[in-house]
Order: sequence, then C-alpha cells, then structure tokens
Amino acid sequence: MATNGYGRLIKDGLWNNNQALVALLGLCPLLAVTNSAVNGLGLGLATLVVITLSNATVSLIRNWVRPEVRLPVFVLVIASFVTAVELSMNAWFYELYKILGIFIPLIVTNCAIIGRAEAFASKNPLGRSLVDGLAMGIGFTLVLTVLGAVREIIGLGTIFAQADLMFGDIASGLKVSLSEDFKGMLLAILPPGAFIGLGFMISIKNIIDKRLASSRKAAAATAAEPEPTAV
Amino acid sequence: MQFATITSPHTDRPNSVTVTMLWVIIALLPGAVAMAWYFGWGVIIHMLLASAAAVAAEAFVLKLRARPVMPAISDLSAVVTALLLAVALPPLLPWWLTVLGIVFAIVVAKQLYGGIGYNPFNPAMIGYVLLLVSYPVEMTTWLPPIMLNQNPLDFTQTLSAIFVGTLPPGLDWDALSAATPLDEMRNQLNQNRMISEIRQSPLWGDFGGLGWEWVGNWYLLGGAILLYKRIISWHIPVSMLGAVLVMAMLFHFLDQESHPFGLFHIFSGGTLLGAFFIATDPVTAATTKKGQLIYGACIGLITYVIRRWGGYPDAVAFAVLLMNMAAPMIDYYTQPRVFGQRDAGDD
Repeated sequence: MATNGYGRLIKDGLWNNNQALVALLGLCPLLAVTNSAVNGLGLGLATLVVITLSNATVSLIRNWVRPEVRLPVFVLVIASFVTAVELSMNAWFYELYKILGIFIPLIVTNCAIIGRAEAFASKNPLGRSLVDGLAMGIGFTLVLTVLGAVREIIGLGTIFAQADLMFGDIASGLKVSLSEDFKGMLLAILPPGAFIGLGFMISIKNIIDKRLASSRKAAAATAAEPEPTAV
Repeated sequence: MQFATITSPHTDRPNSVTVTMLWVIIALLPGAVAMAWYFGWGVIIHMLLASAAAVAAEAFVLKLRARPVMPAISDLSAVVTALLLAVALPPLLPWWLTVLGIVFAIVVAKQLYGGIGYNPFNPAMIGYVLLLVSYPVEMTTWLPPIMLNQNPLDFTQTLSAIFVGTLPPGLDWDALSAATPLDEMRNQLNQNRMISEIRQSPLWGDFGGLGWEWVGNWYLLGGAILLYKRIISWHIPVSMLGAVLVMAMLFHFLDQESHPFGLFHIFSGGTLLGAFFIATDPVTAATTKKGQLIYGACIGLITYVIRRWGGYPDAVAFAVLLMNMAAPMIDYYTQPRVFGQRDAGDD
C-alpha cells in the first residue's frame, strides 16, 4: 500500500493519529458526555457528520480563501454544519438532543474539527479530505462510545441503556444489565471517572503500540539474521 | 595514638522508611485499639483485610512494572496506607468495598504515579473519597459506640455481617446503625434545633460524641509519640487544629446556639487523625516550615467551611486532597532565603 494512500489515512484516523487518544483534541465533549454508551455514540455521530462535511467544504474552497481570513471562514463553515446537525437532532432525536444539550452547539469549538480543517483539508483535494474527515470522525466516535460504555458498565452496571432514544423503540431491548446486585460505582459516572477512564484508554493504546513495535522489531531481526550467510 | 576520623553526618542509626513507618503504626495503635473497643471487631477485621489487600496490590503492580518487590513491601508504607484507610471506614462496611478502596489507593493513587515518594495525593484519602463518593449509603452506616449499642455483635456475627452481609436474626441495619456525631449535629441543626436542646441526648460526651472523643484522645497520644520521635514536626498539626479552633470559636461566639463549641470540631470526625497522621504525610504535604503552617491552616479552614456550609458532614479527606494539590505551589512561594542571599528589595 502506498504511504500516501487512502489506507494510510484511514489507519491514521482510527489509530495512529486518533484525535482523542493521540492528539488529545476535543476533550471537553469527550469527558463531559461519555457517561453512557448511547450518549457517547450520539455525540460521536454528530461530530462525525460535522467533521466530514466541514473537511469536504474546506477542501473545495481552499483555493479561493485568502490565508489571512482562513480561520474565521473555517469556523463559519463548521458553525453552519453544526447548526444544521443541531436542528436535525432537535427534529428527529429530541430526547437525545435534550440529554446532550449544550454539547451539540459546542461541537463548533471542538479543536479536532478545526484542527483537521487547518492541517489537512485546506491542503488536500476533495477525495482525500473526505476520507480523512470520515476516518477521524469514526476514530473519535469509537473512543467516545467505548469510554461511554466502560463508564456506564462500571458506574451503573448496564450497557446501552436508553438506546431507544437513538434507534427508535425497537432498540429498547438492547439494554443489558450485568447483574441485579451490582448497583454501580458512582465515581465512574462523575467527571473524575472520565479522566481516569481516558487515562486508562490512552495507556492501553500505548501498551498495544509498544507490543506491536517490539514484535515487529523481533520479526525484522529474525528476517535479517539469515542474510549474512546468503551474502 | 590515632583516632578514627568520622565525617558528618553523625547520626546514630539510619532513619529508614521502614523504621519511620513502624513508628507511625505504633503511634496509630492506641487510637485504633480504642476504636475497636468502642465499635467492635469490625475495626480490627478491616485493618487486617485492608493491610493484606494493600500488600497484595502493591506486589502485583510492582511485578507488572518489573520493579523489585521485596524492598517496597517491607518498607511498610502500604500497610500504613491500609491502616489509615481502615480506621476511617464504618466498622460493618462490606468487605469488597474495603478491598476496592485500598486497591484503588495503592494501584491508582500510589503506583501509577510512580510508587512511594512520587504520589501527589495521599493514597489513603483517595481511597476513602472514592468510597464516600461512590457508595454514600454504605459509607455512612456507622455503629453507635459500645455504651449506646443495644445489640453489640460478637466476633462471628461481625464476620458474617462484613463478609456475607447477614445480620443475626431479629436485627436489621436500621436498628443497628447510628449517625456519627458530626452527622447528628448537622441534621439537628438543619431542623433548626438549638445546641443546648440537641445536647440533651445521651449521644454526647464532654466535647464531641460519647466514645468518639476518647478515640480522639488516643489519636492525640499517638500524635504526641510521633512528635516526640521527630517523625512529624509540630507545624502542620498545630496550624490545622488552630485554624479549625479559631473558625469554630469565632462562629460559636457569634451565635452560640447554632454553632457548637470549638472543641466539638476538634474531637469529632477525622480532625485529630487527619492532623497528626494524614495531613503530615511527608510525600504529599508542603515541605518548607512556613509552607507547612500555611498548608495546615488551609486544611483546617477548608475542613470547617465544608463541615459548616458544604454537602458532607466531615471534610478532612477533601481538605487534605485539595491542599495536596496546592502543596507544590505553597513550597514554591515559601522557599527559605539561602544564607547570604539578598532580598529583591535590598538594592
């Protein structure tokens, strides 16, 4: 696979340059709304839509915007999409909209989005910007959902509670309670739980990266060993 | 004739971490035994359970971190953390909460920050606050002291209450439990009762709650041992107790019927335990002498403010953690002047 290919973009967005775990951008919504899996998923999807559309738009207008005014223009573009997403959620996911509250309009200030607009979309053609936005958005959504799920399991002993807010009444059966006795550890739901949970997720990612790197090194060493005899 | 020339430092014995921690444990014993006397076997069971869990958790994390296990275990710091947490817990707390609290304290608050000497927050208080915030009902189910307890539990009954959660037939938790003096005073004051009226109840001793104030006395003795052995200096305990006393007396004299006498706050809750054993933790406290005075006074101040106006009946743990956060800044601004160094204004 070429290093500049789409595969690389997707891998960067989901893992290597994950906006939440590596760049540590967008922490405000990340820490504030991830008290349940559904809330995390909801805000993650909203962010995904905004970052994809804003990346595409910024990429399209990149040759007509003078560098002096680029940041206000980017913010205006992002704000327009956020407003559209907010109104749509108000119309179709009213309960979820009420729970997420101020954090939907606050997507405008999510540094992950303006960061991608500035660092990537303003320098790359439409196709690549679109894929980058999509990959970054999915990576961000995954972290939000996993963190929300972990905090919900530890804090309340359930997972996917209130899933009907997002997927309609069919999904209300999605809720799983781990055990009748376990009433949950409240700390995980409270703000400190978000910081501790995110810290553990980052450290787990670093452990996995380290393991991969060392096994790759070992593989390279064993592959390189027979070489001297061949030469 | 030639004499061996010995250079400084001329100490007679290495003052190792193990010796220091051993003295802290010895100094803690009078108060702990007094608590066991007034509140039953549960106190001792929790002390043993927490110590075992703390040592196991410490050994496990050190193995994970590929660090030598034995030196860190034998310095007894994990045991001290466990004992300090255990004496703060309700005597009939379910066993898994004790284990959860101490494991969180050792693993997250101590080892993840780098182990002994590197933790910015007092591990025992982190464990306590974790439990208090997460399980408020279990953490406030206290027993009455022995002389007010109609149904004292024997050893096996206490064991089954802690490990299985079953009480002897004919008893339930509501009949067994009682509010702590601080909780009781707060509830009564919230109902607009007057202090002279509240103190009619047999719950009260001379200053604080019956029984509780004697536990406080024994902690005071333990603090005296630590001061005598020079394991702690007087700055933090004196400034902390002084700040609590000044605040409490100020409000007491403004309105005697709605603010208890100053010594009530000294002899209730965790004030004495906190002043001598917890706020003086050499790792997390301020280190300069002037800084220690500020640090202690702020802990006392915050403790009183949260007790009086905050959401929790006791606040020593919160106050200590908040000031742990401020300790590096206090140290920064209270560096003593090096001999010969000029003040900025001298020129």
